[in-house]
This record gives sequence, structure tokens and C-alpha cells, in this order.
Amino acid sequence: MTWIAIRLATALGVAAFAAAASNGTPSPARARALRVCADPNNMPFSDSAGHGFENRIASLIARDLHEPVQYTWWAQRRGFVRNTLSAERCDVVIGIIAGDEQLSTTTPYYRSTYVFVTRRSSRLRLASMDDPRLHHVRIGIHVIGDDYNSLPPGVALAGRGIVQNVVGYSIYGNYAQESPPSTLISAVAHGKVDVAIAWGPLAGYYAARSRVPLDVSPVTNAMAGHGIPFSYAIAMGVRKGDSTLRGSLERELHTRRDAIRRILQEYRVPLVSDDGGAEPQARANVEHAAPAVAPHTASGGTP
Amino acid sequence: MQGSRWASSWIAFATIVTSVAACRGEHAPMAMAATGSAPPASAGAEAPGAPPPGSWPLPGRNAQGWRYSPLAQITADNVKNLQVAWTFSTGTARGFEGQPLVVDSTMYVVSPYPNHVFALDLTKTGGPVKWHYLPTTAPASQGEACCDVVNRGASYADGKIVFNRLDNHTVALDAKTGKVVWDTKLDSIEEGSTMTMAPLIAGNVVLVGNSGAELGVKGWAAGLDLGTGAVLWRAYSTGPDSVVKIGADFRPYYPQYKGKDLGVSTWPPDQWKLGGGTVWGWITYDPELNLIYYGTANPGVWNPDMRPGDNLWSAGVFARDPKTGDAHWAYQFTPHDSWDYDGVNENIPVDLTIDGQARKVIVHFDRNGFAYTIDRATGQVVVAQPYQSLNWATGVDPQTGKPVRVPSKETHQGVNTTDICPSSTGARDQQPAAFSPRTGLFYTPSTDLCMDYKGLKASYIAGTPYLGADVRMYAGPGGWNGRGQVIAWNAATGKRVWAITERFPVWSGPVVTGSDVLFYGTMDGWFKAVSARTGQELWKFKVGSGIVGNPMTYQGPDGKQYVAVYSGIGGWLGAIALGLSASDPTAALGATGAMPDLPKYTAPGGMLYVFALP
Repeated sequence: MTWIAIRLATALGVAAFAAAASNGTPSPARARALRVCADPNNMPFSDSAGHGFENRIASLIARDLHEPVQYTWWAQRRGFVRNTLSAERCDVVIGIIAGDEQLSTTTPYYRSTYVFVTRRSSRLRLASMDDPRLHHVRIGIHVIGDDYNSLPPGVALAGRGIVQNVVGYSIYGNYAQESPPSTLISAVAHGKVDVAIAWGPLAGYYAARSRVPLDVSPVTNAMAGHGIPFSYAIAMGVRKGDSTLRGSLERELHTRRDAIRRILQEYRVPLVSDDGGAEPQARANVEHAAPAVAPHTASGGTP
Repeated sequence: MQGSRWASSWIAFATIVTSVAACRGEHAPMAMAATGSAPPASAGAEAPGAPPPGSWPLPGRNAQGWRYSPLAQITADNVKNLQVAWTFSTGTARGFEGQPLVVDSTMYVVSPYPNHVFALDLTKTGGPVKWHYLPTTAPASQGEACCDVVNRGASYADGKIVFNRLDNHTVALDAKTGKVVWDTKLDSIEEGSTMTMAPLIAGNVVLVGNSGAELGVKGWAAGLDLGTGAVLWRAYSTGPDSVVKIGADFRPYYPQYKGKDLGVSTWPPDQWKLGGGTVWGWITYDPELNLIYYGTANPGVWNPDMRPGDNLWSAGVFARDPKTGDAHWAYQFTPHDSWDYDGVNENIPVDLTIDGQARKVIVHFDRNGFAYTIDRATGQVVVAQPYQSLNWATGVDPQTGKPVRVPSKETHQGVNTTDICPSSTGARDQQPAAFSPRTGLFYTPSTDLCMDYKGLKASYIAGTPYLGADVRMYAGPGGWNGRGQVIAWNAATGKRVWAITERFPVWSGPVVTGSDVLFYGTMDGWFKAVSARTGQELWKFKVGSGIVGNPMTYQGPDGKQYVAVYSGIGGWLGAIALGLSASDPTAALGATGAMPDLPKYTAPGGMLYVFALP
């Protein structure tokens, strides 16, 4: 399915859903919806079929608020917040870096980290960015275009002079394919690279689905000497000044924290504590590379 | 051999050149001795293969991109009477770059996304619509374009109007009917590519290239058959010689370009695959040598420390055979670019007399602040001098062809570097220069901005945190009231002759006429006529929205000379007037910080203005 086809299909879906919602609501005051902006092709975070963990969390909260979820689909690229939330096409973004200045963010509801992904058979078991083997093994990382931006692993590797054995995979990839960034994880499975240094939620989810057993281990000492954070707190985002919605979201994130935590664990999101250390359950989770994943993701295979 | 015919005018100008430093901060054009500098009778010859005098069939009127018209009814004396003849609204309100074409009593206009094409009937009062073509340009392409959803216009040949859609289709329309003759899809928006440049037609070949290095796409240029739209060749800007189309004909001047597969070996392994070197500027053609010339954008990925090496063939120029695409030579303006100094600006073929010798050269005003005069047969740098404030290099060594870099101005991600000039927007962006065979001068728009490159700010993309440099741009040495200039340039000596200072960067490529009148527009919406000899302002008119398009001139069916220009603020530096938040000085890749006052002067629009004498 091409991106355009996805967008067309989902646009029709949204229209049909909106019509149904307005018919079923007793009063105009309750014609509200939890208006979410999300990427239609960005598993494990979100997709237009509602399979992502952000979709699940949005549904959970909307149910509590007695509101339907209404999606505006937009690829999460540069200009995402400007074209969606700021353009008032929606009211909330489910996952965003806590403190992102473009919007007003809630209290973070999880923190994850960049991880090493290796083939179990390679027995590499990397944990540190200062591991001397990183000068020799073939490393895969995500890269952006040439718009002044980089992902932390590339900056940290370049800062250590590790460039000759690094293979970049576009974070955007080919949007006609499912979850373009997941190509990096399959590159490990297929032996194109020995190790990927990837953002935890993506790595945890796709490593768990890999037919080739993969190990996922948090990067433990990325900060050392280079000031580049490798773990990030993730929050929900609303428009600046929308303190009413932010308040109700924060109440929900608090009362539903256990349920949200269970969803994240189900998707194998590597979770770390605020000091950057792996949480006990997260460590157990990432070290257990499950061969299969939850039933709701059974919609077609991944590479 | 234009050079010998007007070589004598160089001598007159040699005495009145002024240094870059002396021009800076001037609000009035530099005074110069205009008397006695009249060109010899033989001066003013058109370039080989020039179109009929009253027409404008290609983006730069001739294939060389001179943006010169021999029309001379509008003069320095009567231009003060110029008035609006008619106008036309496209219904779009985004950055209106490019220029209209005029062929056979018809004007052709291509709008920004969704890329409307209008044919306007010049035989009737007010230019009514002869036909209108609205392509099915994919809406999603808007999300891929880095710097506003612009289009830089069409080319005409053999009864066809050829233009690019933002979603990577090159389309040929029947100029009489507007019906599609052929439609060739060249790349995929799903992979980040877009097309914004104006095709150039050289003989039977349509030459095009792609945009999208910000999204990591690999740059390419392609030649299409004018009759069928079939892709004759495609040459990438990075990779092995086989895909760059470097073969037996490749004879570069400098040794650093000699060797096998330099588009691979001047990068860490595989990094050449990660994009860069897109071809989104103007392509020019020299029918005498049968070579096309085009520049390549900066290298990807952004972090320069991730790609040690010269990163060939990014940020440079290729000379190629238009029919086969085979490279004849190449030159790199900015090896291992770490500032976003795309090399895409046009390369204008002219014949000059330099140090007493007739030289066939191209002249190129690079984003990096140097103006290059390069032997167009060999790729040898003949002259390279700063035309605008710069401090990233101290000069260009003509022996090696390499810039002499200033290490403290190199950027490294995570390292603060301040006071870099020019800013990433360049001493000039794509808006092209004009050349007058009568004065022998080039007229280039320019930008005087500097920047700080600081810190690492975390944000989020495709569900992944990323680190963005905090880029802030601000007025250069010319000050906030002098962020732009129009510069008259002697490309034989590498010196300024005069300069006009503008409040905002000048993002409008001038046209110069056979009566030595120069027209250009400003981002705050003034359309101006000045003397091409002295820079003295002769006339101005306030249009509805800021100008980022390039004026042109033509002769109507009534025999009168007209001047036309697009009005419609936008593009990279103009994006702030389209509603981009002024409160974030780092928006639009840091450009909004340089333009906080633009919304006080202009608002979006999308109009064609046509002027004539009463």
C-alpha cells in the first residue's frame, strides 16, 4: 500500500468515523473527540490501522474521557508539529520529547534509551560506547538528511572518530514500505551490519519479531565525554496554552500509569529510570527476545 | 567571440572598481564615472543561438542564462513613466520563484504547488487565459519540500512547454492547446525527492534535476528526449564513476579530481549513498562547446565529522555532454562542506578578455561567497574572489583550485561556532545573476547574513529523538538595514563595480536590457529599475507581495516592450512571511531569526505584474 493510498484510505476512514460520531452524540457539547495527530506508518508507535502503542494509549485515555479518538494522519517528519498541532488539525501528540519547545508537554510517562542490537549468535553483547570493538565491527545507525540534524549515535561515534565502519540508514527510508526505520533492525538480522545502535522502542519491537534471534541491550555510558544524551523522557504534547487538556491528560497518565506501563512492556519498549539505568523489569524484558508478539500486530509480516 | 568585441569596455571599468569592504554598508549605489564608458558600436552582441529579440523561451532567455534582452524601448530616460499594463492572479500564495516565458504572442506561467500552468493570450487586452493546465500533483509532496513548495518555471522548444511538478514528474504540454504531450515520472516522493527547478532545453534534450537533500535523497541530473520524454541518461552526483557518468571524456583540470570512483573513495564506506549533491539550481548550455553546466548541492549527511573526505561530487559543478550525459570536467567549490553551501547556483557561459587573453569561461556566484570565473572548456579556475562578506576561507588558491579554509569557522556537531559568514543561506541562493554584453558586467543579487552554530537541541522525528544544531542567522557586516545587495561584478578582474544595498536579502534574479536598464525586485515588494551602468535608481513600484521571482522583458504583438515579474513572498528566507513562527529564531533552519521584520513589510500573494510605458 503506498503512502498516498494509506492517506486516502485513512482520510475516508476519519470522515466516516466523524459522521458516525456526530450522529451518535446526544448534545453538541459532547461532540468533542480526542483529536490526535499521528504518523500513519510508524510502527511500533502508530499506524493507520491503530496497531501502535501510541494508538493503544490514545484509545485508553479517550475511553476514560468518554470521547472518541479522531486521527489526523501526518508523517512525523520536519514540520510535523507545525503542520498538525500548531495548525489546529488536532489537539494532542501522543509521543514527543519531554520539554520540546514547539509545544507544551505533559509530565513524561516513560523514558527509553538508545540500545545496541546484535545477532545473538555473534555474542557481541555490547554495552558501552567506549567498547574498543566498536572500531572494528560494522555498525548501522539511522541518519537524517543534511538539514543540520543528527541522531545521537552518529554524533557520539563521529566524536570518537568511528566513521569508517559506520553504515547509515535513512530515518525516513522509503515511506511506501511499512515502518521505514525498521530497515535498520532487519539489517542486523540479515547480517548487513553486526550491530545497530537504535532508539529503544523501535529496536525492542522489531528485534522481538525477528526470526533471527537478536539481543537488545541499553547503551550505558553514552554521555561520557561528549555530552550527548542517549536516554530521553517521552511525554504527550498539546498546543502551548492548552492547559485544560494538558491537565486532564496528566491526570490520566497518573491514574492509568500501570496500564500504560503494561502496554509499553507488551511492545518490548526498553524502559530506563530517570538516571538512565535500565529498570529491572525492562532489563528482564529486553533480555528476553520473544519470538512472537501480541495478537493485535498480526497484520502482515515485517521484513 | 564576444570577448574581443567589447573588451574595450573592460578597460573603462577597470578604473572604477571598488573593493568589497568599501561597498559594505553603503545605502546608495557607489558613484562611478559613467561618462566615457559608452560601449563600442560592436558591443551588445547576443550569445550564440539567441532567441528572437522580443521573446523569452528559456528560464534565462538564452540557453546560456544571460537574462539579457536586446529590447531598448524602455530607457533610463523614460522608465520613470513605466506603469502597470495588466496583472494576473494565480490563486496560489506561496513563494513565487521563477519567471514567465513569452513565445509567439503567448505568455506561460507556472505557479508554486499545485503547479498550475497558464497560457495567457498577449494578442488581447489584459492577457486573458488561452488555456489552463492543473496537474494532479500529489498533495503529499508538500510535506517533502524543504524550503517552501516553489517552482522555478518552464522551458519552451519545438511547440512544447516543459515544466517539473513538485512530485517529480517532468511534463511537456502542447504550447498551443495545453494538452499533455508526455509525462515522465523521475523519482519518488516516498523516498524524499521533489522537483522544483526549471528544466532547460538544449537541442532535443530536456535537462532536469532533483531536490530533497534535507531528506537524504541522492542528487541526480537527467536528460530526456524532447519528443517523447524518454530518459536518455541520468547521472548521480555521488557514487562510482559508472553512475556519475565519468568515463573516457572526463578530463578535469585539477589532480584531486583524477582517479577512479572518487565519488566513493572521498567518503567513508557507504556514506556516499546517504544523499546530497542534488541538482535543484539552473542548468546552462553552451552551444559552441556543446556542453551543459550545472551545480550540485551540499553533501549529506549533515554532521561533517561523519563524512571525512572531500565528499565528491557535492558542492561543485559538472560540465557534461547534453545528449549522453558524459562528464567532461568537474570542479568542487566547497570540498567537505560543513556550512550547507550548496553549489547549485548557475554557471553562465561568456567570452571574456582576461589579462589580455580571450577566454571562454563560465561565471558562478557561489553560496560560499566567492565568485568564480572558470575556463569552461577545461575547468581551470581563472578568477575567484569574494563578492560578499565571508570568513570561512581566506581565498581560493588558483594553483590547486582549493579554498584556503579557516579552521575556527568549521562546524562540528556539538561544538559551538559563532560568527560564520556567510550563513547557510549563502552569500546568494539560487536566484540567478544577469549578464549584459553591452556593459560586460554581471549583476548578481546577494545576501549579507552570518550565523552562529551552537549546541544540540533534542527533538523528535519518525518516533526517534534527534539532535538539531541551534542555528541562528543574523545581519552580516552590512547591518540590519543592509541584509541584501545587488552587485555589479567584473568577472575578468573579480571586483565589484557598484552595489545597491537593500534592507532584506535580494532573492530576485535581475534582467538587464539593451538600453542598459536593470530590473529587480525586493522581498519587501518593491520592483525597481536602475541604471546598469551606475546602479542609480530610476523607478520603483510597490507590488502586492514580496518578490522572490525573476523579472523578464518581452515585445508584445503591439510592438511595445513589456516587463513582467512575479509577486509572492516565500521560499526559504521568505517563509517567515507565510506564517512560520517569528518567535522561534531557529525555524526554517535558522533563517527566521534573520528576517523577524519581514512580516511588517509583506504578506503572502501570488500575482503576475506586467508593466509598460503609456
